[in-house]
Amino acid sequence: MMRLALGKVKDVRRRKNYITTLLVILATGFLQTLTASSQNLLISSFTPLVVHVAQTQPAQDEFVPIDELPPEDQLPAAPLLIAAYAFAWIALLVYIWSLWRRLGLVERELADVARRISNRSGGA
Amino acid sequence: MTVSRFIRVAWLIVKKDLTIEARSRELFLTTLFFAVSCVLVFAFGFVSDQNPIGDAAAGILWIAIAFAGTLALGRAFERERYHDVLHALLLAPVDRPAIYIGKLLGVICLLAIVEIIIVPLISLFFQTPILRHPWLLGGLLACGTLGFASVGTLFAAMLVRARSRDVLLPVLLYPITVPVIIAGVRGTVLLLQPEIDVIMVRAWIGMLVFFDVVFITLSLWTFEPLMTD
Amino acid sequence: MILSRWFPAITVMAMVFFAGAPLMIARAPYESTMGLVQKIFYFHVPAWIAMFSAAFVCGISSGIYLFKGKKLADHLAVAAAELTVLFGLIGLVTGPLWARKAWGLWWQWDARLTSALILWMIFVAYQLLRQYGGPGSDKLAAGMALFGMANVPFVYWSVNVWRTIHPTTNVVPTLVPGMSEAFLWCSVAFVLIFILTLSARVKLESHRAAIDRLYLSLDD
Repeated sequence: MMRLALGKVKDVRRRKNYITTLLVILATGFLQTLTASSQNLLISSFTPLVVHVAQTQPAQDEFVPIDELPPEDQLPAAPLLIAAYAFAWIALLVYIWSLWRRLGLVERELADVARRISNRSGGA
Repeated sequence: MTVSRFIRVAWLIVKKDLTIEARSRELFLTTLFFAVSCVLVFAFGFVSDQNPIGDAAAGILWIAIAFAGTLALGRAFERERYHDVLHALLLAPVDRPAIYIGKLLGVICLLAIVEIIIVPLISLFFQTPILRHPWLLGGLLACGTLGFASVGTLFAAMLVRARSRDVLLPVLLYPITVPVIIAGVRGTVLLLQPEIDVIMVRAWIGMLVFFDVVFITLSLWTFEPLMTD
Repeated sequence: MILSRWFPAITVMAMVFFAGAPLMIARAPYESTMGLVQKIFYFHVPAWIAMFSAAFVCGISSGIYLFKGKKLADHLAVAAAELTVLFGLIGLVTGPLWARKAWGLWWQWDARLTSALILWMIFVAYQLLRQYGGPGSDKLAAGMALFGMANVPFVYWSVNVWRTIHPTTNVVPTLVPGMSEAFLWCSVAFVLIFILTLSARVKLESHRAAIDRLYLSLDD
């Protein structure tokens, strides 16, 4: 019984190392996205003016293609793109971190129970 | 178990529930009152210039059915919990799905009577001609109530022995039955238009039938393993 | 147990794929009407692919647990449900961010968006039930998961059956070569991370069960 419990502790420790590696993978990918984005992705549309305006001209009743709208009516795509990727990365990282934390708690508890069993069988 | 025996068992359970209801009328009266209060609250809430908004009637009808149905399901199975009736039913040498069908029919009877009462009320409070096409409306309500009650009976039966069952029933039930409610509301909204599009209403009824088939099949299939300890 | 031997290899592969993803996405051509914001596609769709896979895994293992009673199937179902919620959340956030630019609005109650949100909520309800349902909630949740799994094909085909603002399923098979490579790359990355996190989460769940068993034997 004790050997079984200790075997599981080693298993959990191995698993925790993989979780750490996973976190490192995602962190590297995240950092690379940041650097790549600063060079490649953020090419156009850095218009400082952001959101949709109150009417400064009479409302149009015909369909106007989006690139023929005046600049103050256009939404810059870059903040949305960055927000989307950032959210995806952060959500994955937070989840993997929470997995790592929970595995740590479980590992400690397993070690504790294993110790109590070994004390019991040692003392008995 | 033969089909006739299956039907007999289901009918016995329906008879039991309806007999208890006929004598005490507890479930019927409380559910009815709750449904009427629901409609009243919404009628007061959705007004503009002291006139009710007619288009809201369709949504409110289905919301009242959903809320009242949840209450009725919870109470119906609460009754089974006293004196361990459900346990006794499960011990009986009958097909479990027959018990499910029996409970389902009882709930549908209850909801049907409630709906018969609140539909004219809604027509009155919201001043909408909701009863102009009674057969189509009846079809929508029948299929929608069946879909809602089929999933509701399964989950209410499952939750009888769970903790926090009162709050968990809506939590579990609503995400699954929202498509049924949506289809019902969309169909009813079409019925309130001055010129109704019969083909579209029939399409929504068709979709409700599709949901009913899927839900009842899944419920019958999973009732047995879910009720086993 | 599950993937114990393959875990390191898959981890390395996932590392390669995630590190390479930004390069692949940057190299992909721009879409003609949407421009830069369309690049959210390379994470949005793979996230939903992972979500659907997780929902299927949860549904199938719930079915196995209900009808065969295997404990491992229950652990798998719990893990997969948690991942369904995670990947669904990623999909539900990246979608509106893209929609804000592409359609001009954050959200619309069309068939695809509504049914996808409902599917996600079913699995959130699964989590709530497992957490607060008390004893016996494992079987109840398994029943929920079966209904959730039945919902997945509905969500997928809703966009072909109804006229919706959301693009149809015809988009992915007809991607141009530059885009299809980047898309495939990101899909593989997400599937790998799904497999890894699923395996780790199942391990966590089975360790918890082992602790419970050990405590019980301690009390004997």
